[in-house]
Amino acid sequence: MAEPAPLLQTPLHAEHVTLGARMVPFAGYDMPVQYPTGILTEHTWTREHAGLFDVSHMGQAFLVAEDKSHETVARALEALIPADVLNLKPNQQRYSQLLADDGGILDDLMVTRVGAPGHEGRLYLVVNASMKEADYAHIQARLPDGVSLDRKDDLALMALQGPSAEAVLGKLAPETAGLPFMMSTDVRIGDSQCHVSRSGYTGEDGYEISCRAEDAAKLWNRLLADPEVKPIGLGARDSLRLEAGLCLYGHDIDTTTSPIEAGLIWSIQKRRREEGGFPGAGRIQREIKEGPARVRVGIRPEGRAPAREGAIITTPEGREVGIVTSGGFGPTVNGPVAMGYVSKDLSALGTDLHLVVRGKPLPAKVAAMPFAPHRYKR
Amino acid sequence: MTTRYTKDHEYIRVEGDAGIVGISDYAQSQLGDVVFVELPSVGKTLSKGDEAAVVESVKAASEVYAPVSGEVVEVNSELEASPGTVNEDPAGRGWFMKIRLANASELDGLMTEEQYQEFVKSIS
Repeated sequence: MAEPAPLLQTPLHAEHVTLGARMVPFAGYDMPVQYPTGILTEHTWTREHAGLFDVSHMGQAFLVAEDKSHETVARALEALIPADVLNLKPNQQRYSQLLADDGGILDDLMVTRVGAPGHEGRLYLVVNASMKEADYAHIQARLPDGVSLDRKDDLALMALQGPSAEAVLGKLAPETAGLPFMMSTDVRIGDSQCHVSRSGYTGEDGYEISCRAEDAAKLWNRLLADPEVKPIGLGARDSLRLEAGLCLYGHDIDTTTSPIEAGLIWSIQKRRREEGGFPGAGRIQREIKEGPARVRVGIRPEGRAPAREGAIITTPEGREVGIVTSGGFGPTVNGPVAMGYVSKDLSALGTDLHLVVRGKPLPAKVAAMPFAPHRYKR
Repeated sequence: MTTRYTKDHEYIRVEGDAGIVGISDYAQSQLGDVVFVELPSVGKTLSKGDEAAVVESVKAASEVYAPVSGEVVEVNSELEASPGTVNEDPAGRGWFMKIRLANASELDGLMTEEQYQEFVKSIS
């Protein structure tokens, strides 16, 4: 039998070990699932103070137009994703999806128009760790002449999330305090050059900070030195994003789901909805017009028992109508929360459903998402 | 009073003809924060190794197996309201159920405290 490939390490691996993290394999990396205080404490701390996450396993890359024209690079990416890239302002960021020809989702990603002077015609991409090799191959194979993909494997990425994030980062880089949601800037923190965006995946206000791998540990420890900041592992990252109603690739969205089914129509700007010109545009435009056959909904089980990914969704009469794609205990909600796909006629808020957990049907209701309110600074 | 352990990290603390069943401190630390416990109904008859209860942490659900055969005579219904007790005091207030032993000789196949601590050391 072949030896499994050794796990990769992020530039912050040694810091996690020093902090006493429980390390687990995730997307080929040895990652912290939790620190000694545990997932519940980490989750709540992020909602009430500020949590620091190592997300260096994610893929960071630049799409570069040789002619230094934003239009050139924007058009190249618009052929692969349904977001309006052309009308991004310098330093503006958007959430989007790499689409297959049938409109299924190959991955979700963040796209930023680089705003630094002298770097025109560049887009900064952040893709999922588990999909980065496939994404890069997919993108590379479809780029026109004059546009190239420059993967940045020598960068670290951390997220500082929670209501104290602004004050904490503001002490180190005052210009980040006034940054609006989904905008970015380049700052110096100490002697490291950082790219900071006001974004994240917890539903809280906060930032994602990209820096050179060799500067990462110093910055990580500087942020952790603030008493408002604690390190947060992948366990709480998952419960935070679930409560925020955000999709996890490979679970809530994949090649079998379209952005419309997944409720991501907000990420397809008006011009693109009308013009199309992205993979699967025919299906997606039809689903926008006629409504998709099934949709992703929030679900609240009525008891205390969590329903997890894979639980069958039925009508109260027992007819199978869908499947839970993410589910678990929501610490802020203080109860179980889930999301999954059901047919359009069963998607209205308050619709009674059953979730089959360990062979037993548990009563549940379609519920509004996010389960915990978003607190972005717009 | 004797306490015995299984390889699945359940304990049974025998008092007379019955035993209090719970999960070990090592098990609770591995599970992490417990957020839900499903207990059997009182009166249920279990065979050794049967799935007796379910314990869910934020991350995952795990089964608790009956360490011995017998009838469930009492359950710790406090765990339904405060499942975190399993983390705080697994050997005490965090117990799951009381089983009336059908066959006391089954205890001989379980580990003593000392053997269990050795076992934990060997796997951690």
